[in-house]
Amino acid sequence: MSSTTNPLLEAKGITKYFGTITALENVNLKVHAGECLGVVGDNGAGKSTLMKVLSGLYKPSAGSLFFQGKEEILESPRDSQNLGLEMVYQDLALAGNLPIGENIFLGREPTKNLGFIKLLDFNKIKELTNAHLDKLKINVKSADQKVEELSGGQRQAVAIARSTAFNAKVVIMDEPTAALAIKEVGKVLDLINSLKKTGVGVIVISHRMDDIFTVCDRVMALFQGTNFAEANLSNTSRDEVIGWIMGKK
Amino acid sequence: MDDKDKKIASLHLKLMPYLEKYGILLLLVIMILVMHILQPDVFLSWRNVTNVFKQISWQSMLALGVFMVIVTAGIDLSVGSIMMLSLMILAVVAKAGAPWYIVVITPLIAGFLCGLFNGLGITLLRMPHPFIMTLGTLYIFRGTGNLISGGTPISGFTDEVRYLGHGRIDLQWLGLEKSQYLPVSLVLIAIVYIIFWIFLNHSKTGKWIYAIGGNPNAARASGINVNKILVIVYSLCGFLSGIGALILAGRTDSGYPNAGLQSELDAIAACIIGGASFFGGRGTVLGVFAGVMIMGILRNGLNLMDVSSFWQQVLIGSIIVLAVYIDVLRRDLGTRK
Repeated sequence: MSSTTNPLLEAKGITKYFGTITALENVNLKVHAGECLGVVGDNGAGKSTLMKVLSGLYKPSAGSLFFQGKEEILESPRDSQNLGLEMVYQDLALAGNLPIGENIFLGREPTKNLGFIKLLDFNKIKELTNAHLDKLKINVKSADQKVEELSGGQRQAVAIARSTAFNAKVVIMDEPTAALAIKEVGKVLDLINSLKKTGVGVIVISHRMDDIFTVCDRVMALFQGTNFAEANLSNTSRDEVIGWIMGKK
Repeated sequence: MDDKDKKIASLHLKLMPYLEKYGILLLLVIMILVMHILQPDVFLSWRNVTNVFKQISWQSMLALGVFMVIVTAGIDLSVGSIMMLSLMILAVVAKAGAPWYIVVITPLIAGFLCGLFNGLGITLLRMPHPFIMTLGTLYIFRGTGNLISGGTPISGFTDEVRYLGHGRIDLQWLGLEKSQYLPVSLVLIAIVYIIFWIFLNHSKTGKWIYAIGGNPNAARASGINVNKILVIVYSLCGFLSGIGALILAGRTDSGYPNAGLQSELDAIAACIIGGASFFGGRGTVLGVFAGVMIMGILRNGLNLMDVSSFWQQVLIGSIIVLAVYIDVLRRDLGTRK
């Protein structure tokens, strides 16, 4: 991936305090179109906090975010979604009691007007869901299936489908394979690769070196809330990245 | 697993969605049949059926409100007190000689404001559970109701005020007898339930209420303002309790200190019998209606058979436990863990 073009998303000097605890200090990050950035770090290194800042769930104590070269201030996840920045949470953030289609469109449901009342357009939800799942080659029995009836891998696929249903430009994934059976991991990684091909910038947070080395183009390590190391994947090795996680260069 | 087991299992899976949706109606139909067999002359008579609907009229409003709250995985213990306070305010305003349209609208506003108070308390004061806030307001609202009325009944309302709870729609033009009228409260129940069915199933806000009950974090991550939706839900619950007060005013022609005492528990029971889950996100408006009907028919039928009200308590309690146990069994079969 060329690093001369403008990054899609850039974070500069992000600092986040929780009371007296410093979760992030002066962290920089960027991701380009069609690129996958891996973010690694030990528990408590600040990965999840950083992602929550990027998705607008947390406001940074200091630092700024640039989207396609323009500075943006995110007040809520809705703001980041409107920019085309989507997050796939580790706990998946799906409502198990709702069908697949309604999860994908949750918060952004298509409606139709009946006189002056706006009603949900279930046919459109179904139609759009099926088209979108087809595009991503995700197989489920029906868009009407409730999410709680799905396997872990299918749920992850729905979560990713959800994140890309609205022309996402950057998708951030927090441990996308952590909860999956081994045979399902491959499918999710394939899905990430096909996302990259459509020009989406992907940020993957993961503990699993296999994931990082299968889908990422670049990897950066956080250590105790700071940027610790960064390299193109071709210039590093598993052992080196594992060393970074433990704070050794 | 041999073929026969497989067949049974797949039959279960196919039947499950229907059982989930309409199972409770089946129970209701069975109850009606049993009561009809036990009391063939009386139970399904026009007079008795309209009686059942009149008896459940205000409870059905409380149950619908509590149901919405339960869908968000919350609870509202204050609906009985909201109804009593709204009723007392109505009575005081009526006694002060306000015109009927003011009197009619006061309990609705009072109920809405009480619900708003609950909702804002739960979200702004960050109560660990709605149980606590609404347990507090259970006392606060009833106490306030007694303060403004002096703790004594106030009776005597005009016909306009009593219309929703006591009014009759004459059906003689259909060739029926004069005694075969339609209670206005029955029409009101139907209208309110249909409106809330559309609201919960076909509006964005309704869908979000279910989503919050299913996974509040998912709702939040989807950009849904969870606190705002919760405030709306508790306010609507209060509003429905206000409608309940208006119906009760019509039925009893008085505001009295014990109005709605413990009716929050009846409302919760109706929701649970109707298939709503305490963990949120599950249950249907139709189910709540069936729950209210089951409790109403049980009470009515047992009264007709002259069974002591103590047995009624025992039976209703047993039905709650049984209904939830059936739900547990159903969930074991239907959900992947």
